[in-house]
Parts: sequence; structure tokens; C-alpha cells
Amino acid sequence: MTLRAFEATDAPLISARGLTKRFGDFVAVDGIDLDVHRGEAFGFLGPNGAGKSSTMRMIGCVSPPSDGSLRILGLDPGADGSRIRSRLGVVPQRDTLDEELTVRENILVYGRYFGLSKAVVRERAAELLEFAQLADRADSVVEPLSGGMKRRLTIARSLVNEPELLLLDEPTTGLDPQARHVLWDRLFRLKRSGVTLVLTTHYMDEAEQLCDRLVVMDGGAIVAEGSPRQLIAEHSTREVLELRFAVDDHAPYQAKVADLARRIEVLPDRLLLYVDDGDAAAAAVHDRGLTPLSVLVRRSTLEDVFLHLTGRTLID
Amino acid sequence: MPAVNTAHTPIASPRPVTRRPGRMWDRALAYWMMSYRRVWRGSIISGFLSPLLFLVAIGIGLGSLVDDGPAGGIEGISYLMFLAPGILAAQAMQTAISESTFPVLGAMKWQRQYHAMTAAPLGIADIVLGHLAFIAFRLTITSTTFVVIATAFGAIESWWVVLAVPVAILTGLAFAAPVFAYAARQEGPSGFSMLFRFVMLPLFLFSGTFFPVDQLPVVLEVIAKFTPLWHSVELCRGLALETLSLLPALGHLAYLLAWLALGITLAMRGFRAKLVV
Repeated sequence: MTLRAFEATDAPLISARGLTKRFGDFVAVDGIDLDVHRGEAFGFLGPNGAGKSSTMRMIGCVSPPSDGSLRILGLDPGADGSRIRSRLGVVPQRDTLDEELTVRENILVYGRYFGLSKAVVRERAAELLEFAQLADRADSVVEPLSGGMKRRLTIARSLVNEPELLLLDEPTTGLDPQARHVLWDRLFRLKRSGVTLVLTTHYMDEAEQLCDRLVVMDGGAIVAEGSPRQLIAEHSTREVLELRFAVDDHAPYQAKVADLARRIEVLPDRLLLYVDDGDAAAAAVHDRGLTPLSVLVRRSTLEDVFLHLTGRTLID
Repeated sequence: MPAVNTAHTPIASPRPVTRRPGRMWDRALAYWMMSYRRVWRGSIISGFLSPLLFLVAIGIGLGSLVDDGPAGGIEGISYLMFLAPGILAAQAMQTAISESTFPVLGAMKWQRQYHAMTAAPLGIADIVLGHLAFIAFRLTITSTTFVVIATAFGAIESWWVVLAVPVAILTGLAFAAPVFAYAARQEGPSGFSMLFRFVMLPLFLFSGTFFPVDQLPVVLEVIAKFTPLWHSVELCRGLALETLSLLPALGHLAYLLAWLALGITLAMRGFRAKLVV
């Protein structure tokens, strides 16, 4: 099938079955299945080393799968990597900008990689710089720009071929909150204009903001899949009751309240009670004569799901 | 156009054009040319200056001793005329090696321009050939400049030297390609000083650039004749002095082409190992 014919179908843009990536004995991606549909914003969530970037590199056709099947835009990356890449936008985890060239030159030369004429690239560069809020820096050299500006430039550059599918590997890691919000705003606009987004992140707020659907990866496998709301419903409770007592060790309190919660977690400075009704549970705690220093009822977040599924211990 | 909401949409939004990998090298070349635009002035001056210094210091300074001494020149000609084609070949080697060490490592590990190319439709062959094409461009400039200067100094008199320029380009590429393979696998620049000290400098000194290799002990003479630089020096000198005959010329050319072919094969393998993992 040609790329043009594929565009008329509603087949998934990405379809993987048993997708596996091994480096020697190490299994980075362990037989995952996934489908990403046109217009979706799809997220890979997971701790460092979960296999997110390896998966992204396979989807980006720069890393041949060790096993399993993978179709991107209806094509086989092994045979048609070049044609697939011509329709992808890629924002790699580490910027690959030429810091000695100007902002505009980076887009111009990248556009040439796609076989676009100078005139077309020039026109698009002007539009993209506007879009990325970099128009006033167009002719400055990249090197002294802030991290957020470089990231916006990488995103602008990745759009020069008007991709159907935009791959973003940790798009906002290392940026300050302002820069992250500007980026999210731009990505949200892209999503609204119909670009399919696939992103990896370990920021829950990013996943909740941007993703219609996401998978949680851990140890190379997909451990959960769904919309942020579905994941919270399936893997956590509606609310979380946080209790802080005037003690150094919260573990002894666990037994006293464990029966009030579906699940309980002991942190160094507080107890987390996963409950459906936080206020009722808080009242029950008081009825038992316990007097916590502070009581907080909040809704479950994706972070609760994430930590529940992937654990709190560091596995770097 | 879905990506950006613009006030005026182009009449027909042109789509990316892909060709078979290996036939998009001109796009990689476009990058190196754009990058070169920033530094071309400096590179022209240094490319002009260093061979000039060699010609004056060694060709004329040392050469007058050789010519006035009992030797009376080398093989019946002035030392300056003997030296100039040797420098042409050696300069091509030096230019090529310096263009294929740090720039390759930088594009692989530091600024990662090669990675940007692989994210786009370019394949490994495009990346290697495009960068080599840029080095060929640089060699064209430095070699032509040198020939013009040397001719102005009276160091070259034959029109056959026009053919020595493509020989110098081939020489440079025959070095650049294997050095690509070496540079691609480096984790840092420390390997380059080994290359400069233990490969480039000995070749520069002992491949017939400054004196005929038959002046060397037999063992070194045999080794010298296996180096690509010696074959290149023979070609350049044979053309500049009009002493070349066809059969040896073809042999030298074939030897340089073999190095180039082997180098490209190794470079492609090295680049693939780093970029497609």
C-alpha cells in the first residue's frame, strides 16, 4: 500500500505485536502490543529504564526490532524506514540542533533533508518560527538560547515536513515550569489541528494534560493501559486520605487504620489510605481516638497509579 | 496543512520526497555546506598559508642547500620542483584527516547532526557519502589553491598538474573514508592524537614527500610503498614533472581506489553500529 492510500483508511498509524528489543542479554522492550490511531495523543509513561525510549526509537525507524511485528503508517520499518521517516516528526530526548547555526538555518537545513525545495522550506520556517514563538530570535545562533527555546526549536523543526505523526521523547524534561507550560500549549494546538502525538514522559501532569490514552511501562512491559481517568479508576481508588502523625515512624499506625482503606501505604512522614470516601474514612479515624497532626483528603491522581504500578523504589 | 494554522495556505502543500537510500547524499552535503558558510574565510586563509610556509621554508630555504650542494638537486631537478607535488599529496591527506576526525565525532556524539539526519529520511549511505562529498569539496579548494600558488612560485611548470588536482582529491578521500570508520567508533578525542602522531606524521615524513623513498633502509622503503600516500605522491610528482607512464599510473590509481572502497565499506559499518541501534 502506498502512503497516500493508507491515509484514506482508518487503520492504526502504529501497530505493534510482540514488539521486542534486546541489547545483548538485556531485554529493553519485552513483547509489547499496541495500536495508536489517527488524531490520538498517546503517551508512554514509565520510570527511567522502562523501555520507553527504545520503543520510541523503534517507532522512529532508527532501531530495528529484535522480534515481533511493527507497522508504521501501514508500512514495514525494515523495508520502508526512509519513506516512513519522511512522514514522521521526531523530537528526540536529547536535542540534535546545530548550535553554531542560527535558529532559522536549523529549520532550513532540516527541511532539505526531506527533499523540500528551498522556497517551500523558507516559507514554512517563517510560519514555524512564529508558531514556536521564536520569530524574534530567528537569526540568532542557537548556542546561547535557553533550554525552553531550544526545545521549541526542536519541535518547530520536527514539523517542517508537516508530519502526520509526531514522536516526542520526554519533550519537557529539564525545563522550568513556565517553559513547560508554553510547550504544552503548543503541543495542545498541534493535537487540536489533527496531528497524532506520541510522547514519552515521566511527568504525570504532562500525561494528564496531553494524553487521551496512555500505557504505563515498567521493566520493558506494558503494565497498564487506558485513559488517565480509566487508569485511576482501575488502579487506584477515587480518593486518597493522607494522615500525618506527630511521630517519626508511621509504621505502627498502619495496623490501627488498615481496615478502613482498600490499600494503605506507609511513607516516612505520612500514611496514604486509598479509599472511596475520604471524609468518611477521616471521620472513622477520629472515632478511633486517633489524632493526626494533619488530615488531607484529595482525589487520586495518575501519580498514585504510577507509583502503585511501578513501585516507589529507585531502579536506575 | 495540519501542523500550523496559517493565514495563507500554500496552493498545494508540497510533500517530502524520498529517494532510495544512498541517493539522498546531496541533502547531507547541503548541511555541511551550510555549516561551512560560517567558517569558510578562516579555512581559506589557513589552507593557503600552511602550504605556502612549507614551500618557502623547505622548498626554497632548505632547497637552496640541496641544489647548491654536491647532490645538485634531486634526480636532476630543483628541490622546490621535487617537493611541490609531494606537498600537494600530503596536504590532501592532512586536510582530509582533519576534516574526518573531530567533525565526525562531533556529529556523532556532541552536536549529533548525524542523528538529526537519521530521524529524517536519510540513510547511512546518504550520511557517509554526503559528508565525503563535502570533504571532496574542501579538497578541491585546498588543492587548487596550492597548485596555483606553487605555479606562481615556479615550483610547477607542467600543465599536466591539472590532473594532479583530482588525484589529490582521490587521495584525501582514500584517507577520509577509513578515518570516518575510526572516528565513528571513538568515545572521545584522545584516539585522534594517536592517529595524528603515529599515522599521519610518519606518513607525511616517510612517503616520499620530502625525499625519494629509496633513500630509506629497505624495510622502511617496502613499508612506505604500501602507504596510500606514497602512491599519491608518485602520481602527483609524475604528473608535475611529466615523468609518469601509464601502467604504473593505473596501478597507483587502483590502489587509492581500493583504499577508498574499503574505507567506505568500513565507514558505513561504523556509522550503522552507532546510529542504528
